[in-house]
Amino acid sequence: MKIFVPRDAAARAVGADKVAAALVEEARRQNLFIEIVRTGSRGLFWLEPLIEVETADGRIGFGPVAARDVPALVTGRFDRGHPLCVGKPEEIPFLKRQTRITFARCGIIDPLSLDDYRVHGGWRGLERARSLGPAKTLEEVTKSGLRGRGGAGFPTGIKWKTVADTPADQKYIVCNADEGDSGTYADRMIMEGDPFLLIEGMAIAGLAVGATKGYVYIRSEYPDAIRVMQRAVELSPVDGFDIEVRVGAGAYVCGEETSLLESLEGKRGQVRAKPPLPAHKGLFDKPTVINNVISLVSVPSILAEGAEHYAALGMGRSRGTMPIQLAGNVKQGGLFEAAFGLTLGEIVDDIGGGTVSSRPVRAVQVGGPLGAYFPRALFDTPFDYEAFAAKDGLIGHGGVVVFDDTVDMAQQARFALEFCGIESCGKCTPCRIGSVRGVETIDKIIRGERPAANLALVTDLCNTMKFGSLCALGGFTPYPVMSAIKHFPEDFTRPLRVAAE
Amino acid sequence: MAAWSESRAADILSRHEGRPGALLPILHDIQAAFGHVPAEAVPFIAAALNLSRAEVHGVVSFYHDFRREPVGRHVLKLCRAEACQSMKGLELADQVLKRFDLEWGGTTPDRRLTVEATYCLGLCACAPSAMLDGEPMARLNSDSIDEIACEVSR
Repeated sequence: MKIFVPRDAAARAVGADKVAAALVEEARRQNLFIEIVRTGSRGLFWLEPLIEVETADGRIGFGPVAARDVPALVTGRFDRGHPLCVGKPEEIPFLKRQTRITFARCGIIDPLSLDDYRVHGGWRGLERARSLGPAKTLEEVTKSGLRGRGGAGFPTGIKWKTVADTPADQKYIVCNADEGDSGTYADRMIMEGDPFLLIEGMAIAGLAVGATKGYVYIRSEYPDAIRVMQRAVELSPVDGFDIEVRVGAGAYVCGEETSLLESLEGKRGQVRAKPPLPAHKGLFDKPTVINNVISLVSVPSILAEGAEHYAALGMGRSRGTMPIQLAGNVKQGGLFEAAFGLTLGEIVDDIGGGTVSSRPVRAVQVGGPLGAYFPRALFDTPFDYEAFAAKDGLIGHGGVVVFDDTVDMAQQARFALEFCGIESCGKCTPCRIGSVRGVETIDKIIRGERPAANLALVTDLCNTMKFGSLCALGGFTPYPVMSAIKHFPEDFTRPLRVAAE
Repeated sequence: MAAWSESRAADILSRHEGRPGALLPILHDIQAAFGHVPAEAVPFIAAALNLSRAEVHGVVSFYHDFRREPVGRHVLKLCRAEACQSMKGLELADQVLKRFDLEWGGTTPDRRLTVEATYCLGLCACAPSAMLDGEPMARLNSDSIDEIACEVSR
């Protein structure tokens, strides 16, 4: 009997290892032969640990399973009448409604099995790229309409072409796996669940632009992803493209591309002024493609299935699919890969099922700590780069964090500025000083001191940060602050609190 | 954790010889060996990499991960970021800090436990989350965090 148990960090965090150990122990006790395969996660986190049993009829899932449930499950030989049985995972509406292209294998295969990877369609993109050659490969990526999934949404094909057109003795592919946005975990999931896909994507990028060396810069908060990626790199059968895994050191700002390059060079992660663009002068001053994990893992299927197939999905200038990550106070939290265009309301209410606390949804932060807070009144906004920008927000890396009605939006605005202060690289004044002054001013508003005047001051300060900062950390911190003030003004008008004697 | 040893540090440095931009990997290895980045390591690494002491110090002090003081036997990192906030993660953190009478980054007098803040572990669909000695933990509540705290402080 073959049983699949996730080894994804989030599944392990809720007991997957204990479940796997209990399965081995109970099978031994009952003299049942079982084979356990550790997989990535399907991304249905409210069901984790979600174990799957292979049957003649396909895989049958059970979740969330605790170690104490295991004896009965084994005794009943994973009977479908068990209360934890969720049937075929593909039939669960949350998964059935998705368009899984990038995450097609995640949660299904053994992430470090080269056989599994190949059998499930791996390397087809790289093989096609090799037969097309660099120029046509680049053309495919451009035609697909793929835009950077890290947050900025810059067209990937144009970035690659700039590097391809810049002559140099050495070029680099750098994968930005410094996924620091709260509410996002797509990079982590794919690195832990399908690491060869990232290797394939980077190798295709290398082929397209003429680079032979790649770096994957993974944040230190992801030890599981680091282990899996390192092992995958050791196992990689790709010739002519060398990859090295580098580990960050707890600096959020290193997710900013130029800061990441500084960090890779062994320096303080301080932002570089642009120009020069990394595509011209990047890592060690060489032309460098720096892409987010999800941008790179989107590439193999674009090559394998053709650009048109990918470009046919989506809306407006947002083509293809986006792994939306539902997080926080949400009933069905998880990864939902879908074509652009779902409304925020559909995502939060229908797919996410509302809050886990069963209280009304009051605010949703989209796009990480630098993303705007959306009220229910804006739930008709479609998930698309331009549509979110039009509502003074951003989709960023696709994180959606749900808050119920107990949230205090003045505290959320304060935290955004506090976080900016903690993580500021210190290079530019609006971010370094503005964040600290911002916290002090919000504190005055919270205490009820001259709220109108102090709100005007925060607004002015946000304006300076937005237009005067070198990078998105200082430049986008105003999004959560100003959206909280604009959409939830009632949280910023408080009676003056008299200090206790 | 091991006391500062120049030969051990030299051994670590030799493993990174010729590696471009090796300072972060070196510092990670130094911290893994000694539990923190000892003051003695700074001039030693600077000399080996042909950097100034100020440059190495600048890097050590820039990154939140690198510690200049030893930590407790166990390190509990509690997530303070938004997804965990939405699930009352800050209240849990308060509970832990109060219980041990600690500030963020502090270590108990018996040196058994250090509590640090972290900003996202990528376990946001199972919030609130934490990491104990590198192991992820999620869907925490008041009782489970108490149990963990109790276990590591014994």
